[in-house]
Amino acid sequence: MDNKKWYEKNGAQGDTVISTRIRLARNLADHPFPGRCSNEMRKQIADKVKDAVLNSNSVISARFSCINMDNISTEEKVSLAERHLVSPEFISEKGDRELLLLDDESVSIMINEEDHIRLQVMCEGFDLDKAYEQASRIDTLLDERLKFAFSDTLGYLTQCPTNLGTGMRASVMLHLPALHAAKAMRKISENLSKLGITVRGAYGEGSEPTADLYQLSNQITLGISEKTAIENLKNITKQLIEQEMKARENMAKQIDVQDKIYRAEGILKSARLIDGSEALTQLSRVRFGVTTGLIKDVSLDTINRLIVEIQPATLMQNTGKQLTAQERDAVRATLIRNNMKV
Amino acid sequence: MLCQHCKTKQANTHFKQIINGEMTEMDLCSECAAKLGVNNAFGSFLDIGSVMSGFLGMPNISALAREEKCPVCGSTFSQITKSGRVGCAACYETFYDRLLPSIKRIHGNTVHTGKKLRTARLQSGSTEAEEKPQNESKTEKKTELEQLTEKLSEAIKAQEFEQAAQLRDRINEIKANKGAANNG
Repeated sequence: MDNKKWYEKNGAQGDTVISTRIRLARNLADHPFPGRCSNEMRKQIADKVKDAVLNSNSVISARFSCINMDNISTEEKVSLAERHLVSPEFISEKGDRELLLLDDESVSIMINEEDHIRLQVMCEGFDLDKAYEQASRIDTLLDERLKFAFSDTLGYLTQCPTNLGTGMRASVMLHLPALHAAKAMRKISENLSKLGITVRGAYGEGSEPTADLYQLSNQITLGISEKTAIENLKNITKQLIEQEMKARENMAKQIDVQDKIYRAEGILKSARLIDGSEALTQLSRVRFGVTTGLIKDVSLDTINRLIVEIQPATLMQNTGKQLTAQERDAVRATLIRNNMKV
Repeated sequence: MLCQHCKTKQANTHFKQIINGEMTEMDLCSECAAKLGVNNAFGSFLDIGSVMSGFLGMPNISALAREEKCPVCGSTFSQITKSGRVGCAACYETFYDRLLPSIKRIHGNTVHTGKKLRTARLQSGSTEAEEKPQNESKTEKKTELEQLTEKLSEAIKAQEFEQAAQLRDRINEIKANKGAANNG
């Protein structure tokens, strides 16, 4: 039980907060940013970063493994993105991109993404402080061995000016079925943007919200300390949680909402073929049902894990072979049925 | 008020930009604002620059921009604005004045207040806290390079391109020597 990954567990405030992420962007001082690097330079950068991570004098070094993105299959790559261990951008292009992954998959270091280093810490539930502490610790460790591009005025220098300063993007992944159903998210997004918070779909930039999952993150990185940015995000998230829970409580009393939830449970427990999009929709409803006490025999751990495992590439990777769309739908339906049994 | 760009639709976006200390303001409709990248964080602010300079009878800033190259990576300002990507750390020094308006527009701030490099943390409190990359190892060559880079930015600011070209050549020379030393 202990070796569950963060995406297989339900954490603090797990009714609404699926996971927390801290991402730090860093670049090496003596190389141009990745966009202007030759292949040779990218290799050098990867070697330097790997050396710094794998040979640090901290015990954590031994827990990292290195994946060269050019040496793994498309399914493996996509599955990494489905599990949020790398950004979709990271797998979209070739070119000496390497990934350092901690054994429990809570820390990933992307090399040669938009910046030389994208250090990411993930954890289940709502725990920005813990995630930031861990990210900062590893950042300090790297700082001892690498020369980062930094200016006293502009802070950590990044390829895109939107990340200047702290280079930190803190985010929380929220499950907001009630606010989504109430069509409140558009307005909320607009308001939050005025407070320096960006609202996106589950897979970051440009992605549509699926399964009522929304990602909240800080917009500004320059002129605001990590601590302040995190406090700001924390306070806004708490308010949003409160609104969502209030809306859920009211909605859960309505018969048409109850009907949808119980039907979703019925479909997931009996379907023989189910595509990814329907599965996510129904899982979202069941999750809503579990958090409002309507459904009692399914755990949030199970639902969180299924949300990841039913994704096409992860599904194929776990099955160990290529599957046609219909075969995937069948495997997915079986996987869900087996996990929804009491 | 009508949009100052298309002059047909109602303006609903007020846009403010500071170029080299001179503030200019525009009222645009949402379509033109989107087209010109005003709503876009970094977007195509160069386009805005050329549009505005057309308006105000200023010299087109993109024409000036083409002249400069970052002495370290060779990026020009227009390459940076077109791609939305800065070439290297030194670009932030070379094009500081011209990047600053968009940095300000993106963040609302221009000065970092968060975590610092270990070396900067150790040094904090020291008097010469100029906006420098963190190169703490002050070899002679490095210091000269820093001074030259500073002079270069000043020359560019003052639009003294002949002097800037000389400085840039000297900087490249030092960089080349340094690169050779590192590789050899």
